[in-house]
Amino acid sequence: PPAHSHSDWIGPPDKHSNLRPVIFYVPPDESALERRLREARQEAQASNQRFWARHNRAFRQEKEEFIYSRLKAKGLEMRDESGQKATLNAEEMADFYKDFLSKNLKKHLQYNRDWYKRNFRITFLMGQVALVRALRWLRRRKKNVEQ
Amino acid sequence: GLFVWRLRNTGTQQMPCRFVHLYHVASDRLITFQYSNFLKRMYVTQCNRDLSQRAKPKPDSIVSPFHELQQLDQEKKAVHKISPVSPVHQSWSETLSRNELREAKSAAESSDSVIPVGAESKEDRQWKEMKLRLDDLPGILARLSKIKLTALVVSTTSAGFAMAPVPFELTCFLLASLGTGLASCAANSINQFFEVPFDSNMNRTKNRPLVRGQISPLLAVCFAASCGIPGIALLTLGVNSLTGALGAFNIFLYTCCYTPLKRMSIANTWVGAVVGAIPPIMGWTAATGSLDAGALLLGGILYSWQFPHFNALSWGLREDYSRGGYCMMSVTHPGLCRRVALRHCLALIGLSTVAPVLNITTWTFPVISLPINLYISYLGFRFYRDADRSSSRRLFFCSLWHLPMLLLVMFTCKKSVLEKEDKGDLPGRSHERAMEIRLP
Repeated sequence: PPAHSHSDWIGPPDKHSNLRPVIFYVPPDESALERRLREARQEAQASNQRFWARHNRAFRQEKEEFIYSRLKAKGLEMRDESGQKATLNAEEMADFYKDFLSKNLKKHLQYNRDWYKRNFRITFLMGQVALVRALRWLRRRKKNVEQ
Repeated sequence: GLFVWRLRNTGTQQMPCRFVHLYHVASDRLITFQYSNFLKRMYVTQCNRDLSQRAKPKPDSIVSPFHELQQLDQEKKAVHKISPVSPVHQSWSETLSRNELREAKSAAESSDSVIPVGAESKEDRQWKEMKLRLDDLPGILARLSKIKLTALVVSTTSAGFAMAPVPFELTCFLLASLGTGLASCAANSINQFFEVPFDSNMNRTKNRPLVRGQISPLLAVCFAASCGIPGIALLTLGVNSLTGALGAFNIFLYTCCYTPLKRMSIANTWVGAVVGAIPPIMGWTAATGSLDAGALLLGGILYSWQFPHFNALSWGLREDYSRGGYCMMSVTHPGLCRRVALRHCLALIGLSTVAPVLNITTWTFPVISLPINLYISYLGFRFYRDADRSSSRRLFFCSLWHLPMLLLVMFTCKKSVLEKEDKGDLPGRSHERAMEIRLP
C-alpha cells in the first residue's frame, strides 16, 4: 500500500488459508482505544491465518494419502499413461469427507467459540472507536461554529 | 456451510424460498430462501489435481435461496484449457458458483500453483484500499443482504398472503411484504457477519462483501439493525403483532440457531426448513390476523420442499462442507440425506391432498398438482437409489421450478371467498367484511 494512505489495505486471498490479509494503518495520533482495536484485529487475523493454513494443509495432505491408499487397494498407480494424476470420483471421496469432518469437529467447535468471541469484541471496539470519533468531530464542529 | 446453492430458470414466475439460512449452508445452509429468477449460473469445475478451470455457462438459472450464499451478480465466463483426464479415474470436484462468475483462483484445497484466469483475477489479486465508497454502497448492501434471496422470501410471503381466505387488502399486503423484506435483509446480513472466515474458504461464498473487506463488520451490524428494527416494527405496528412476533422469531432462529448450528450438528437442516416455512405463515397471518390450519399447511409445504431442495444441492458440495467444517447430512449421514429428501417429496403429495380438506383450495388442486408432485417424488426416488451427482442435480433443478409451479396452481385453485361465505364458514374475518362482500 502507498505510504501516504490513511486507510487499511486488504489483499488477495492467501494461498493456504484463503483469508485476505489486512495491513492496518497506524495513525500518528492513535488513541489507546484505537490501538486496542488494531491489536485485536491483528491478533484475530494471525490466529485465523494459523488455523486455516494448518487446517487446509492437513486436508490436502490427508486427501492425497486417502487417494493414494485407495488407488493402491485398487491396484492402480498414482499416474496413468498420459501422466495425469489419477483421482477418485465424488462417491469414493465421500468416505474421506465424512471421516475428515468428524475428526475435526472438536477442533471446529473450539475455533467457532474463539471466532465468535473475537468477532464480537472487535465489532464492539469498532463501535466504541466510531462513537468517540463522532463525538470528537461534533465537538470540533461546535468549536468552529462558535469561532 | 450452507450454502450454497443454482437453478435453471424456467422462465416462470418463481416463488420465493425460504428465509435462508447457508448456511451455505449452506453454508450455510441456513434457511435462506432465495431464488433468483433468471440468473445465469456458472459451473466451475475444478480438477482435483489440475489448476485449470473450466466454466460452463448455464442458461438462466434460479438461485436457490436455501443456500445462503447466493449472490447474483454479473457473470463472467472464464474458460480454461482442460487437460485430458483419464476416463477411468476422473474425478471432479465441482463447485457451483452462483452469482459471480469470477474466475477462480485456485485457492482451493488441492492447488499448488495459481493460474490466473483473466483480467478479473488480476484485479482480484491486487491490494485494495479498505475505504468505503458511497457509490459502491448500494451494490455492497444488496450483496450483504442477499437481495435476491430476500426477494424470493418476500414472494413466498405474498403467496401466503394471497392464499389466505380473505379479501385482498393492498396496504396490508405492501406493509407485510416490506416488513418481511427488511427482516430478511437483517437476518442475511447478520449471517454473513458471523461467517466471514468460513465464507472465505468456500468457493460459493468467497466473494461476499465482508470477506472482500468492502465493508466493515460494524457497518454490517448497523445495517442489519437499521433494517431489522424498522422491519419488525412495521410488521408489529402496521400489520399485526402476530406477524411481527413471527418475523422477530424467524430472525432469531436464522441468526442465532441456524447459523451456529450449521457447524455443530446436522439438526441445522431441520431448523433451516422451519426458517423457510415461516414467511408464508407470516403472509397468511398478515392477511387474517390468526394462525389457522391453512397457514400451517402452507408452512408445511414449504418446510417439506426445503429437504429435496437442499439435500440435493448439498450433495455436490460435500468437499467444501467437509473442509469448511459444516455438519451437513450429505457429508455425515448420506443415507439419511437421501431418505429424508424422498420422504419429504412424498409428504408434498400428502400435503397437497390435505389442502381441500381444510377448505383452502378446491379438489382440483391435488389432482392438478399430482403430476408435478409425482415427478419430483420420482426424482427423489432416483436420488435415493442412485446417490450420484447427476440424480442430485436433476432433483435440485426440479425443485427450483416445482415450488413456484405448485404455489401458482394452488393459487388458481384457491377456494373463493364468496363461495366460502355462502357456505357460511368464512374464517377469521369480521362480519362487516362479510357484508362488504355481499353487497355488490
